[in-house]
Amino acid sequence: MSASDESRVEPTRRIPFAFTDEQEQFRSALRRFLNDKSLTTEVRRLMHTAEGYDPEVWRHLSEELALPGIHIPEQYGGAGFGMVELCIVTEEMGRALLCAPYFSTTVLAASAILNAGTEAQKSRLLPGLASGARLATLAVTELDGNWDPRGIELVATPVAEGYLLDGAKSYVVDGHVADLLVVAARMAGTAGHQGLALFTLGADSAGVERRLLESMDPTRKLARIDFHGAHANLLGNQDDGAQPLIRTLDQAAIALANEMVGGAQAMLDSAVDYAKLRVQFGRTIGSFQAIKHKCADMLLDVELAKSAAYYAAQAAAIDDPQWPAMANLAKAAASETYLRTAAECIQIHGGIGFTWDNDTHLWFKRAKSSEVFLGQPNYHRELLMQRWGVCVGEFE
Amino acid sequence: MMSKISETEVRAEVRAWLAANWDPELSLAAWRNKLADSGWGMPQWPEAWYGRGLPMSLVRVVDEEFAAVGAVSAAKSGVRHLAAATLLEHGSDLQKKKFLRRILTGEDSWCQLFSEPGSGSDLAGATTRADLNGDNWIVNGQKVWTTSAHHADHGLLLARTDWDAPKHEGLSYFVIDIKQPGVDVQPLKQMNGHASFNQVFFTDAIIPAENLVGGVGDGWKVAMTTLAHERRGADGLSSPPRRGSRTGRIHAEERAELETANQPYTWYPQRAGRVDLVIERAKETGANKDPVVRQEIAKLMIMAKSAEWTARRARAAQQQGRPQGPEGSLGKLAASNVARAAARVHTLITGTEAMLTGSASPRDGIIAEILVSVPAISIAGGTDEIQRNIIAERVLGLPKEPRSDTGPFRNVRKN
Repeated sequence: MSASDESRVEPTRRIPFAFTDEQEQFRSALRRFLNDKSLTTEVRRLMHTAEGYDPEVWRHLSEELALPGIHIPEQYGGAGFGMVELCIVTEEMGRALLCAPYFSTTVLAASAILNAGTEAQKSRLLPGLASGARLATLAVTELDGNWDPRGIELVATPVAEGYLLDGAKSYVVDGHVADLLVVAARMAGTAGHQGLALFTLGADSAGVERRLLESMDPTRKLARIDFHGAHANLLGNQDDGAQPLIRTLDQAAIALANEMVGGAQAMLDSAVDYAKLRVQFGRTIGSFQAIKHKCADMLLDVELAKSAAYYAAQAAAIDDPQWPAMANLAKAAASETYLRTAAECIQIHGGIGFTWDNDTHLWFKRAKSSEVFLGQPNYHRELLMQRWGVCVGEFE
Repeated sequence: MMSKISETEVRAEVRAWLAANWDPELSLAAWRNKLADSGWGMPQWPEAWYGRGLPMSLVRVVDEEFAAVGAVSAAKSGVRHLAAATLLEHGSDLQKKKFLRRILTGEDSWCQLFSEPGSGSDLAGATTRADLNGDNWIVNGQKVWTTSAHHADHGLLLARTDWDAPKHEGLSYFVIDIKQPGVDVQPLKQMNGHASFNQVFFTDAIIPAENLVGGVGDGWKVAMTTLAHERRGADGLSSPPRRGSRTGRIHAEERAELETANQPYTWYPQRAGRVDLVIERAKETGANKDPVVRQEIAKLMIMAKSAEWTARRARAAQQQGRPQGPEGSLGKLAASNVARAAARVHTLITGTEAMLTGSASPRDGIIAEILVSVPAISIAGGTDEIQRNIIAERVLGLPKEPRSDTGPFRNVRKN
């Protein structure tokens, strides 16, 4: 079968289009928790702190809901669920705009360890992350902000025991609070996908210098991390090259797409609620077709992006051969939708929507940050075309 | 009322009946009259009216047994199933007796006379009039966008019978005989060159009083039933009836029937944008080497896939017996967006050749037909703007627009 056929022949017989009752109940419980713990007053308080999250809430969501280990197998201390449940969590967190080191620790770092680590490494590293006791993150992009693994320049040099890392990483989510760093680096003298590997080291290791960046979205903290001969361990084995990293980034794109549709839904709800309240010219503005039609288009936009995000999560959960392409599809769809929905939400609010006191900008900034995080929509659309064989690609 | 019957019983019963009765050398009409007499043609219809009163879950079992032996089903194509649904709900016993059997057998063909030149989106603004004169209603006016009127026997007509009542209350619903001197059917040629519809002119056309469906002034309510059945199953996932390749007299007659029924719809796939052709066309023309074009292809494919999955989500929720979410109301608007985007991308891929039409255009004219057919999809069956109103009001709960068409219809501004 040629790759272009894959875009039309649906491998979808087995992919569910509805959540199970258990998944719906899990979502409801999560939503109640987040409605309680992530009020916008809390979001506003936490986004101005250096840490960016509330350790007490983190403890609750670890101990009561076991969220940090949601997709980590039980043998490593996790809850043993999969991509669908992980994405329900990110969707609800995106909706509530929860300030917590979840995407970094669970989506990025834990997935990277699951994808690349040896049995011994998984047994050693994952239980701490699953219990919420340790925070972690994955460092991929460097100063040029490139999400293509081929652009990685940070060098790993083998020494008697382990490796020494030299170079700089940037845009590292929660890099300032992580205890454990998973770092993508390459062996000296290699290029492209060859010679890439993942390494782990404690964030407080000698030769590691971390600096909090001023992020436009203050609910997603970013750090620059410089490595000056920092001592690290190889995660897994060197022959796997870029594959575990690519797999991790694809999974993260799906989790992010779900987070984004959660945020987009919050913006749609906010816009519709306001349109029902606000009176101008003697009528609620929601009775004007100019506003009604905008809201209808927003709903369509959000539901389509949800369908893409849900489909990608279900495809990844059953390891459907198409799932990496679906990651690109969902990320591109959700990026465009979230930003459009947030911008229209501001527009429907009018002047008040542009004020600092109105909450809309909190989500708008998350939308803008998410649009470029893990690669812009055009990057993902190009990867989709390459993975579908529409053109010759060198991505994998 | 039929007592509770199990799937096993239904399967055994229909299987035995088919074994005794199914014969591909019968004429279509003879076979379907057997279906009408036995109740197996429309098993969901009431027992009193050619059916067996089965729930839809058991109708599926009957369909499976028919498919297993290749037996021809009751006539289902076209407006006739809307007519049947409407008459079963609102028709008199006399009307049911007069029309239902020949709907089932396919001996009569039907059309729907709702839209008018002066009332498209605003269907209730119809000005075709029916005036009672003795035992007959006399009809004058004009209908438009009438599929199949040129070969129809009967029409479902919405006409104004009271000009002093408010707009929606002055309408009545009739079955009208199309083949009479007062009815003139003219083809309506569209911008894509096809003539899939008709205009129908009424000049003192006659309807016997017994053909009024529901009461005088109930027309809007009855029309809503017809429209609800029209919308049902229009989620974009249903496929057209397949053309069988079986031999035998009855199969040849059925193929001819389907050909007539499907004739107006040959351009409908093009109207929907032919997303399925985009990637192979891009490779064929070399446009796939252009990264800008690839971006546009990707945007289109993402939208088309997401729309398809949204329809599947709606269907999955329905199958699980969950209340319908917003995703169930979006199909038509999504299809419009996809079609327009597809036409844009086909143009991008085709380049200057998009200036040609007919056999000079790529794919023997299919590409040109896409470009000139897509504008229909955002209008037919409810414009995008009306769809947005419906979504905003019924799904999102936004308030209705203040009305300026209240009071006696006589005083309402019209075209």
